[in-house]
Amino acid sequence: MALLEVNHLDVHFALRKGDVHALRDINFTLERGERLGIVGESGAGKSVAAFSLLNLIAKPGFIAGGEVNFEGKTLNTMSERRLRKVRGNRISMIFQDPMMTLNPVLSIGEQMIECLKAHRRITTKAARAIALDKLQQVQLPSPDTRLAQYPHELSGGMRQRVIIAIALLLDPDIIIADEPTTALDVTIQAEIMALLLNLCEQHNVGLILITHDLGVVSQVTQRMLVMYAGRVIEQGPTREIINDPQHPYTQGLINALPQMATPGEPLNQIRGSMPSLSNLPSGCAFHPRCNFIRRADGQTRPACVEQVPGFVTSGNCQVACHMVAELLEDRRLQEESL
Amino acid sequence: MTAQAHRTGSAEALLEIRQLEKRFSLSGDFLDQLRFKGGKLVRKQEYVHAINGVSLDINRGEALCVVGESGCGKSTVARTVMGLLSPSAGEVHYDGTRIDNLGSRQLLPFRKRMQMIFQNPYASLNPRMTIQQTLEEPLRLHHPDWNRQQVVDQVEQVMTSVGIDPDWGKRFGHEFSGGQRQRIAIARALAVDPEFIVADEPISALDVSIQAQVLNLLMDAQRERNLTYLFITHDLAVVEHFGTRVAVMYLGTVCEIADTATLFAKPRHPYTQALLSAIPRLDDDGPQHIRLTGEVPTPVNLPSGCVFHGRCPYANARCRQEVPALQTQDDGVRVACHAVEEGRL
Amino acid sequence: MTDSADKSAAAMPALPGRWERFRDSYLLYSFKRDVIAQLSLLTFIALVAIAVFAPWVSPMNPYDLAQIDIMASELPPFWIDGSDPTYWLGTDAQGRDMLSTILYGARVSLIIGFGAVALQAIIGVSFGLMAGYLGGRVDAFLMRLADIQLSFSTLMVAIIVGALVKAIFGGATFNAYAVPLLVVIIGLAEWPQYARTVRASVLAERGKEYVDAARVMGLRSKRIMFRHVLPNTLSPIFVISTVQIANAIIAEAALSFLGLGMPETHPSLGSLIKAGFDYIQSGSWWITLIPGAVLVVLVLSINLLGDWLRDVMNPRLYKG
Repeated sequence: MALLEVNHLDVHFALRKGDVHALRDINFTLERGERLGIVGESGAGKSVAAFSLLNLIAKPGFIAGGEVNFEGKTLNTMSERRLRKVRGNRISMIFQDPMMTLNPVLSIGEQMIECLKAHRRITTKAARAIALDKLQQVQLPSPDTRLAQYPHELSGGMRQRVIIAIALLLDPDIIIADEPTTALDVTIQAEIMALLLNLCEQHNVGLILITHDLGVVSQVTQRMLVMYAGRVIEQGPTREIINDPQHPYTQGLINALPQMATPGEPLNQIRGSMPSLSNLPSGCAFHPRCNFIRRADGQTRPACVEQVPGFVTSGNCQVACHMVAELLEDRRLQEESL
Repeated sequence: MTAQAHRTGSAEALLEIRQLEKRFSLSGDFLDQLRFKGGKLVRKQEYVHAINGVSLDINRGEALCVVGESGCGKSTVARTVMGLLSPSAGEVHYDGTRIDNLGSRQLLPFRKRMQMIFQNPYASLNPRMTIQQTLEEPLRLHHPDWNRQQVVDQVEQVMTSVGIDPDWGKRFGHEFSGGQRQRIAIARALAVDPEFIVADEPISALDVSIQAQVLNLLMDAQRERNLTYLFITHDLAVVEHFGTRVAVMYLGTVCEIADTATLFAKPRHPYTQALLSAIPRLDDDGPQHIRLTGEVPTPVNLPSGCVFHGRCPYANARCRQEVPALQTQDDGVRVACHAVEEGRL
Repeated sequence: MTDSADKSAAAMPALPGRWERFRDSYLLYSFKRDVIAQLSLLTFIALVAIAVFAPWVSPMNPYDLAQIDIMASELPPFWIDGSDPTYWLGTDAQGRDMLSTILYGARVSLIIGFGAVALQAIIGVSFGLMAGYLGGRVDAFLMRLADIQLSFSTLMVAIIVGALVKAIFGGATFNAYAVPLLVVIIGLAEWPQYARTVRASVLAERGKEYVDAARVMGLRSKRIMFRHVLPNTLSPIFVISTVQIANAIIAEAALSFLGLGMPETHPSLGSLIKAGFDYIQSGSWWITLIPGAVLVVLVLSINLLGDWLRDVMNPRLYKG
């Protein structure tokens, strides 16, 4: 049994014009110590996915179906009191904006000690020692003076280190990091990412990294999910997806990066833009932007417009695309006829 | 710094920035500046030194990229060039005319020739104006002699050229996606047929797939209208693709200027090297960047000597005292670094 | 010129007309779900309508001495013994029909309220716009001026102006020009509210890139202020206008009650309350309490509408 299992997770937002399906049928597993990336553009639902794991979606959002199982226990039906023992303790979160976690009127030390004492029976002295140790682990310079400082006295990079230290405080099994370095500069981002990666490896902590940055995902994670308009459209080992993406959207996303084009030449763009969740195209949500909607004979593949694609397995990856399904089917028929 | 300061631009330089400085006062008005110190009333003024002696030439037809991290002063350079800020010292020359000291009326003819594209497409369109109104406004200002039909035709032409359906003119900005809004903002800049465009992080607020569209649009516009760009960005991957030349800025000073290909093949300045190595690439498995120690100092109390010495692995006593000047290397690259000059690097 | 032309064009819904846009708006949506807002709007419209049409709907003209019967003074309203069916809500001490007097009084109160707020808005919005957009010394000067103005209460301004006018032109002139004078007094006393609100939102708007874009285009400050910045500060202006109208009506009532406002021959709700106050002891409570109740209902309906409007227009709560 995997450490974390997400089965058929559906999240809806109750808006005045009816329910909007923010997440549809999300399935994935995370093993102990595994690092998983969730990639997508804004509006793809990746942050909603992260928040729904710990049942933290704010109203009007709610989990409409499916389950999140952690060590065999279903989190989304658990009482708030029991859930609180998992949150922060076994599974902790890192947000893009450190000030979402840090309380501006409490010193770093007070916040860390308070957090420890809330979850464990421990003396203040012992808690302080743990806090100090975690600050050292995140390589914050002069950690004992930092304990007495307030969040606004630290730079953005240092704050994010403190956040990581807090996330590690209770030795969690999983860290969910939602765009942890997006607000930071490149050089600081690289340091923070390297630190996070190191710590996860050292302590055998699972990581769910939500980001729009394919470069970061490819450097840090072992497996990845690509999301589009509330669905997962491709999932599998990171290396395989980055090196040989199957879904036209994943291909487009990777090829659109400036580093994939010859300098001075036009970039390979995906036309159009992400549809709004309240007004999704029929069939495959990507079909209006897809270059492969026509078959080799020039005919439009009707399934793309009519039918939501299911997952097909290609190598170690799962892809939700009619075109890929057809290619695989053709290949299978060829192999059979040989 | 002074060595290159008086090297006036070559004949084809369209824009010359000479020894530009910009300080922002942190201390408020006169009464706020008074402090008691040791029993005496003293006046204390604090400044953010956003840019300190920046000199750049932008040649006709090129795209000069200014790259650096937040707080390095790159946006201040852009805003000073466009006259949104007035410089504390230094000069800006456009096509041979000094423009930083002109009044708004004398500046008007230059407004038609130089335009700007902003970072946030969600804030750069007036929410109470339709797209048609937004695009007509600059034309009516700069072409008072045009009749209604000419204005409408030009708006239609420029909307088509950025890939926005002219029939959408009656709509308001909030009805469009981020990418479409940025196209409209580009259309507004292109409407008056400028020759020079300052683009301040024009794609950093957009999604990856939309970034490519907008970048392509900017490159097409450059080719078709023979535009010159001052392109401000923090994203080196974009620079590599887009820039003719690159100026790397750190804490208000230029530390390296080079042709794009040269800079990426052979970065000289230790900061440029660190910056390049920090780009997350798809093709490697782990972050293998050059580690910089410490944090970026605040521009309020600038470090002595080289502004980078606190984080530089090669810093020595000279770096801590003496400000390095930009010096031209054999291949035309200009670097401000004592270590490069002394051959230590 | 590019193949990048956005093909999602087809996905865009047809351009809605003005009416459709209003029908789908959040404003209407939240109004439909808010019973209190509906009731207050209904009350407010009803009061404004009967006040506007007072000369046509009221049974008598309280300003016409020929219609006043001094013998019929202090008659109680219809549900009390001893009432006269001609005078529905009774009569006051001078024998005027209460219903007619209240209708005419509400009319005066509303005219002064709206007039004063219009004046406040004109002064306050232009000063606030200039202070916020131009900044620097203009800002410092105008805001100090506002501080000084606020340190005089409405009452003090009224006493000073009233005393001056009465001393110079005599009481008769004051009474003849009481309405415009009260508009000026309340308008002058309260403009800083507008100026401060507008300045704050102008400061927020000025930092946005569309203002920079307008400057880069070469537009003059005046055009940027009025064409670009002002339309984007309208929501807070609307919201405080409701509060200000209610305040102006109360201020007028207070001034009239103290004898600094409308004369009793030409009463507003405030002077009616004052006129009846002396008769409470003698048992004729309706002369004071009925106009008092009308005043409370009027002010309350405006304030409740204002509350609703503030909730709807608060951009942080706004979800389209």
